[in-house]
Parts: sequence; structure tokens; C-alpha cells
Amino acid sequence: MKAPLSHFAHTRSGDKGDLVNIGVIAWRAADYPALLREVTASRVFEFFRDRISGPVERFEAPNLGALNFLLHGALGGGGTVSLRIDSQGKTFGAALLRMEIEIDE
Amino acid sequence: MIRVANGQGFWGDWLEAPTRLVEQGPIDYLTLDYLAEVTMAVLEKQRQRNSELGYATDFPPLMEHLAPGLKQKRIRVVTNAGGLNPRACAREVLRRAPGLKVAIVEGDAVTARIGEFVAKGHRLTNLDTGESIDKIRDQILSANAYLGAFPLAQALATGADVVISGRCADSALVLGPAIHAFGWAADSWDLLAAGVTAGHIVECGAQTSGGNSQVDWRHIPDLDEIGYPIAEMSADGTFVITKHAGTGGRVTSDIVKEQLLYEIGDPRSYLTPDVIADFTGLQLADAGPDRVRITGARGRERPPCLKLSINYAAGWKATGSIVYTAPDAIAKAQAADRIVRRRLEKLGLSFDEIYTEYLGRNACHGGAAPRVSDVPEVQLRIGVRGPDRSAVDRFTREMAPLVLSGPPGATGYGGEGRPKVREVIGHWGALIPREEIRPSVEVFE
Repeated sequence: MKAPLSHFAHTRSGDKGDLVNIGVIAWRAADYPALLREVTASRVFEFFRDRISGPVERFEAPNLGALNFLLHGALGGGGTVSLRIDSQGKTFGAALLRMEIEIDE
Repeated sequence: MIRVANGQGFWGDWLEAPTRLVEQGPIDYLTLDYLAEVTMAVLEKQRQRNSELGYATDFPPLMEHLAPGLKQKRIRVVTNAGGLNPRACAREVLRRAPGLKVAIVEGDAVTARIGEFVAKGHRLTNLDTGESIDKIRDQILSANAYLGAFPLAQALATGADVVISGRCADSALVLGPAIHAFGWAADSWDLLAAGVTAGHIVECGAQTSGGNSQVDWRHIPDLDEIGYPIAEMSADGTFVITKHAGTGGRVTSDIVKEQLLYEIGDPRSYLTPDVIADFTGLQLADAGPDRVRITGARGRERPPCLKLSINYAAGWKATGSIVYTAPDAIAKAQAADRIVRRRLEKLGLSFDEIYTEYLGRNACHGGAAPRVSDVPEVQLRIGVRGPDRSAVDRFTREMAPLVLSGPPGATGYGGEGRPKVREVIGHWGALIPREEIRPSVEVFE
């Protein structure tokens, strides 16, 4: 069954230069394995492909039931260079909540 | 136990927050974090215009206002408000609040030493892109090393009421008081990591007490009077994140997790000047209303290099916007964008980048946003950036004419006036061996 990531996790995103990071935190510890399996670096790259040059790195923090993604080349230069309304990547986390993931019944 | 509060997550944060932290309950240290990478660029522009500026100008009036309460309650202030000019900041604080004892921490500013560093063989390669410093060598405006927490602890040891630093690691504002209060050693890596972790959790202010949180945000109470975060630090490296009783907002382990992951890379290796903190051994436990107890901080030996934050002149930019309304709002905005681009092209103007967004359609979520054929209204926003100021300036004249010479249904232009041409300041992160950086403390009274 497919469902949006928002059912299983909450997120927060921010910037470092031209990088965006997105913390993805499982609502319930039991859902963490599904996040590990479904929310891969390559899927996150695909999801944001129209607006980042990549690559995407993924880090795991099982003690927090969380993943952290680093999106490279994500802000059109970052900081004061960027021409984007979201020049600090604040909304990337909320966008990722729309990602559809496959979960067990 | 010491209570270390943070009352400012960035320059421009809620003005009332520091006063409320002082008045609404007990704290021992009030930290105020004014500096982001972008902030350093803003300060640099201000210092260029006036050599007595270049610090967070919100800070001295705040000290004037808070001085009686700080003295009465024996609360000490630790801040990076000094920015690119801690000396001028200290002078202004003392002019407004002559009873305070102020210490400054300097030694982070190394703009004049870039040539020396390069001559010594330090490459100053861009940490993100790997590019050579030669690419921006002639455009450098400022360079600052991120200092650690030990100079701040040294400044507190002078008995100063207020410690004003230049560029230091944000988390050092909390670690510094802990080192001072508990006498933590420079190689007590787990303890230093605990201080860094607490500092990281509170450095963005209310973002750890219910602000900008996805955790049941509709029901987080009284965000209009949100309590800013307090770290109750113990000498053994355990700590509790909380806020004053009776204030708005919420502190839970889910909310603290959001902040723990905010603007980090590898959670096993959070690099700071004093220690490499590992967040993957942390245990968070809800320990009563608005109290999260955190244990398990681990640290590894500090890195051999400090991070340098270099600002450089990177050209000019402007953004202009105009609103189009239904029917066919998106199609009209797209047509207007084509008109502007053609007019710029026919003027022979070239830019490094022209970037168009449609606010109300998909400017933030891009391809992740649901596809819509039309919206009631959309804001066309066009930005240009390039090395030629006159070209950028000419662009600012191309938005308003759309009202009479573009598609129908345009509005929302007049109120904002012509777009402003703004200087672009680029940020360049690099590494420098720590031996090159010599922090110093000086007392003003």
C-alpha cells in the first residue's frame, strides 16, 4: 500500500551554503525500518531532481528514529547569491512529506 | 546545575524574548545568537559604510534595557553580537549601560592575513566545491575563524557581566558557561560534546520550544507568547531542555529531535572547534511537562583545523514581482515572464542567472507540488544576478511597464515600488590549522 511520508514521519530542513539538509523523524519507532527501506538517497534525489544538481547523501540516527539527508547544489548558490524565494531551503522538509512510500498492510 | 537560556536565534528574532527570559523565571546565563552566514555579509556591508558598525545593533539597546534586571538576578550574558566589530559593540554597550562589566573575545578576524596564510601554504580550498581560493582572492571582503568555547569561559572568569564575541561556533555560547561553571577539561570529550549538543539544541531559540514545528502545530499553545529554551546543565554532562513555566509553546522529545537534526550533516560527527560531537548515542526522555532529559552525549578529539568563514563580493542582484489574476493567471504570468526576458535580451543585457518563480503555484515545492491548471491569483517573481550593476539596475525598470504593456489582470506592483539593486556577497567556507588562530580576551569597564 502506498501512502505519503507525512503519515510516518515529520521533517525539518535548513541550509548550509548551497546545501539543504532535511531531518526525517519517524513518528513511531516501529516505522523506522520502513523509512530506512523506502526513503533512500536516490529516491530523495529523484524527488527533488527538478531543483537540485545533487548528489544526495543519507545518514542514519537510529537512536532518534531519524534519517538526515544532505542535498548538494540545492539552492541556486545559497545564501545571498540565491535568487529563490526559499533561498534557505526552509520548505524542502515539508515538500518531502508528499513523497509516496510503500508500506506493509 | 546551571540554567543557560537562549533568547535570540538570529538577528531579527523576537525582540521581547530576552526580556521575558530574564523576567519570567530563573536563569543563570542568557545567550544571544545573532550570527548566520548571511548575517556576516550584512554586517560587512554596514562596516564598509561606517567603521563604528559591523555588529548586531539590536544588542546595546537591549543591554541598556536589561541591565538592572541582570544585576539584580545575577544573570550573565554571552553573545556573538560583536560580529565583525566586538570592540565597537562593547563601547556602545558601556555608553548605554555604564554599570556593566564587559569582556570581548577577539582573534577570529583574519581578513588581513589571507595573503600570509596562502604564502604559508594553507590552501583555503572551498569546503563545498573544492575550488581554489584564487578564484575569489581579489574579491574577499572579510574572513573570520570560528572560535570555540574556551575563550568565552576565559572571559567569564574575568567576572564580566557581559561577554561579547566575534565569530564563534553557535553552540559555544552554551558550552562556554558550562566550562566556566564546571571546570570541564579541554580533553573531556564526552562532557564537551554534551555542552555542544545542548548549545546546538537551543541555538535557534524557539525552534526547540514549539516554533516551526510539525509536531501537532495546531495545538501547540500560545505561540504568541512562546517561551524560549533553557538548558539545565549538570556537571556530569546530562541536561534537561525546558522553558519557563506559564509561557507558550511546548518542549517534547519529538520537537527537540527536529532541532537536533537542523542544519547538520553526519549526526555521528558534528564538527565544532572544541570537540567532534556524536548525536547517535543520545537518549531523549520526556521527563514532565515541557521537560526533555538528554543523556548519552559522546565526543571525539577536536579537529586539527578551525573553519574559516570568508565573504566575497559576488556581483549584484534584484528581484521584482507582479501579481496576475484569474482567468488564466498562470498563463498570463508565464507570458509576462517571456516579455521581460525578450526585452532584456533585445537591450543586449546579459546576466549570470535569470530565475523565475510563480508564488502560489509551485515556487517552494517545485515538481513536488500538485499540478494545477489555474489558480485564483499568482505572483510572478523574477530575479536577476550578474557582475554588471548597470544591467541589474536596468532590469528593475522592466517590471512596472507590464501593467500597461503586458497581459491583462496585473496588479500588486505599485505598493513595493521599483525593485532594489542589492550587492551579492558570496560565502566561502575553508579550513585553517588552529595554531594560526590566537583568540584574545579584553575587559572593558
